[in-house]
Amino acid sequence: MAATVVALALQRNLFGAVVLFSIYSFLMATVLVALDAVDVAMTEAAVGAGVSTVLLLGALYLVGGMEAKPLVRPLLPLVLSIAVGAVLAYGMQGLPGFSDPQAPIHVHVAARYLAEAPRETGVPNVVTAVLASYRGYDTLGETVVVFTAGAGVIALLRRRKRK
Amino acid sequence: MKDDLILRVVSKLTMPFMLLFALYVQFHGDFGPGGGFQAGVIAAAAIVFYGITFGLAAAQRLVPEIVVERLLAAGVLLYAGVGLAGILLGGNYLDYFVLGADTVAGQHRGIFWVEAGVGLTVAGVMLKLFYMFASRGRDAGDA
Repeated sequence: MAATVVALALQRNLFGAVVLFSIYSFLMATVLVALDAVDVAMTEAAVGAGVSTVLLLGALYLVGGMEAKPLVRPLLPLVLSIAVGAVLAYGMQGLPGFSDPQAPIHVHVAARYLAEAPRETGVPNVVTAVLASYRGYDTLGETVVVFTAGAGVIALLRRRKRK
Repeated sequence: MKDDLILRVVSKLTMPFMLLFALYVQFHGDFGPGGGFQAGVIAAAAIVFYGITFGLAAAQRLVPEIVVERLLAAGVLLYAGVGLAGILLGGNYLDYFVLGADTVAGQHRGIFWVEAGVGLTVAGVMLKLFYMFASRGRDAGDA
């Protein structure tokens, strides 16, 4: 994965960048499978590696295949991203250890969901129970976000077409 | 790519299975991994695949743009409608317990329709995005 990211950053050919992005996304999906997050892995593989690659290739067809050479080499963004990365790395020191059962996220409501969801909802897949039932409002919001994004793209691209 | 015999045959062979898999992921999401988001994307991917192989016009004949636009709005309305149904039947907004004979049946029904709404919206948006990008390229090519 790290090799993919480095190659992605160095890639000047946008077609290669899109393909590398797709590979990265697929590797990410395998990582998520290894973490037992099958639902998320499925979404990552379908959206990241599948459909968004097609959409990026469609956009690439419109804008051409090579990245333009930057006129100046600004240092500020580089410094800024290194600084933010350092802050994040520092913040990671304070996180609980990987798969620590006493981590705050595992002792709040997750235990109750795991214990009660099969009885309360009759749905064996707890992810679906949390997503659609306990967190129904959040998922409604997400659906509206997807809808709004689609509506926004429609509004933008259709106006251009009419000109 | 319209003239590529292998692509045409393979896409015709795999399309039904992709759509069937989308339905499986949609309605089996209660028991295995999956749900509306994934199913919507897979269904859209099947149509996108068809569009890439047979041309945009063929895909738009198969699933007209007007249908896609209706779908992506209908999904949100379906989701919000499930919430309203909860109110009408005497519960809170998005309260599924009142939708069925007992609470578990109500939960099942609520989750089913909510996931269906999510799937419709996601499939509609993905397909619409593909149509918009692909048709812009075609217009630019014509001009």
